[in-house]
Amino acid sequence: MAAVAETSTMPVDPRRSGNSDPARTARRGMPLLPALVLLLIFMAGPVIYSIYLAFTNKAVRGEGADSTSMVGFANFTEAFSQPDFWNAMWLTLVFTVVSGVIGQNVLGMALALLLRKCAAWVSWITGTVVIGAWIIPEVVAGYLWYTFLSGDGSLNKVFGWFGLGPQDWLISAPIVAVSFANIWRGTAFSMLTYSAALSQLDPEVEESAAIDGAGPMRRFWSITVPLIRRSIMTNLLLTTLQTLSVFGLIFVMTGGGPGTESQTLPLYMYEQAFSFGQLGYGTAVALLLLLVGGVAALAYLKVLPKEDL
Amino acid sequence: MSTEAPALPRTAKRPRSREAAVKTGSSGILLIVAFLFCIPLVWVILASFDKNASLAVSWPGSPTFDNYRGVLNEKTTYRPIWNSLLLCGGGTIITVVCAALAAYPLSRYRSRGTRPFLMTIIFASGLPITAIMIPVYAMFVQVNLIDSMPAAAAFLAASSLPYAIFLMKNFMDGVPHELEESAWTEGAGMVRTLWSIVLPLMRPGTAVVTMLTFVGMWGNFFVPFMLLLSPDKLPAAVSLFTFSSQYGQVQYGQLAAFSILYSLPVALLYLLLGRRLRDGFVAAGGVKG
Repeated sequence: MAAVAETSTMPVDPRRSGNSDPARTARRGMPLLPALVLLLIFMAGPVIYSIYLAFTNKAVRGEGADSTSMVGFANFTEAFSQPDFWNAMWLTLVFTVVSGVIGQNVLGMALALLLRKCAAWVSWITGTVVIGAWIIPEVVAGYLWYTFLSGDGSLNKVFGWFGLGPQDWLISAPIVAVSFANIWRGTAFSMLTYSAALSQLDPEVEESAAIDGAGPMRRFWSITVPLIRRSIMTNLLLTTLQTLSVFGLIFVMTGGGPGTESQTLPLYMYEQAFSFGQLGYGTAVALLLLLVGGVAALAYLKVLPKEDL
Repeated sequence: MSTEAPALPRTAKRPRSREAAVKTGSSGILLIVAFLFCIPLVWVILASFDKNASLAVSWPGSPTFDNYRGVLNEKTTYRPIWNSLLLCGGGTIITVVCAALAAYPLSRYRSRGTRPFLMTIIFASGLPITAIMIPVYAMFVQVNLIDSMPAAAAFLAASSLPYAIFLMKNFMDGVPHELEESAWTEGAGMVRTLWSIVLPLMRPGTAVVTMLTFVGMWGNFFVPFMLLLSPDKLPAAVSLFTFSSQYGQVQYGQLAAFSILYSLPVALLYLLLGRRLRDGFVAAGGVKG
């Protein structure tokens, strides 16, 4: 009760305050309201609505356009029976693992480690360039890589100087092409996260390990990695979820093609919902995409020790 | 290196020469990486000054500003960029104001709901926005908000809110409480304390949140692509995508020039505030709940 009397004049030490008084809790929570309203309408709303939509035959035209009806799990069984869906699922996993989990994380970590050792001006140049690639709008990045990799593009010109034959990368290896573009575009995020984590480390721990004769690889795996494991897991989770939802980059570079060779789930979902007008079916695919993200999130949380949360 | 290592005692001399070698080596590797990262960028810069630009990178025979002159008109550049500014500027203001307000109680008070709320926020910040765009589109159709710029800005704001709240809260945790307490005893309300005491003390943090939010919205293609239809409301992200179809045959030089003009605002913002970006990522690492 003493705490209640105190709050009317000043904020109480958070550790001491209970929440016995609902009126006080409500008053303190007031500033949360605008954010809460926005999040409920525009985030929670669509997520809940999509659970309904996925079980209907809602369409832009044709059957399901005039009268929408519940169809149970029909959209899901339809998806599981479509080779195109499994193709998109497989490409999404390849794209996410190659460009997000491996590419951006390994390169980001390597850059963060090197940035600690290099000359100051080199760190400035590299940081600016890598972050620059991240700042550039998605569509511009898509065009840059389209021109770079296309049949008449810059890469083939460079290959020509070395007497190597031209290769239309966007046609012969589209998923590899978009993966590279995504590594280029997204590495800065991992680099910044890891740089920040490494800067919090006590240099003496590593120094003493070095004096004890531990080599750089040994030091990295048995000292640095365990110390920043929380940052690593958080970063893996965030890059996985970001990569799962990449749309514009692939849309601009290949449009999902040739055929469906680079059609990841977001592009497949878009095609089904808007080119073919099947909103219900597209939403079911979107829910499955969310499910993949949820499974990945749970997997990362499982790996992370409980006390780290 | 292996020949000198056993002979020398652990004095300052050996580490110093080794450190120099490590420094040179890592600087060299990083310069190569930076060079490789630059290669795709070279085309857009050279092509923008080349009247006869093609897909391959080439030195412009006679550098000209013709491409820029060609796109610097109301329809191609000014209107889309203005729309982008309205959409992303408006969205950023909503996000930053709401995030600052929400972060204050989260940072200053503990209640039973704080931790679950923060965990929800962290998960929501990872929610693939692409996956909810179809239901958002269907919702917007039903309430007749398709092609409304304020509605699109509000959606963009909501989608960047979770990460902004999370960052803002971590920055706010770093501001000491003492100054506020005197303001409270003088009877200042929560919003006034936040505005006149807390926010001025965390300007760098607010700058980082503002910059990340704005840059994210500026580059966002899918959201305006889905929610806006009229050509005179489309932001630069979408008009760049439809650029090639406007002219029949693709004018690569003009495409490059417009790409540069469109990227310029975020590039300038980055040059102005980029140094602070590291603080943002240090703050993001502090998931304490």
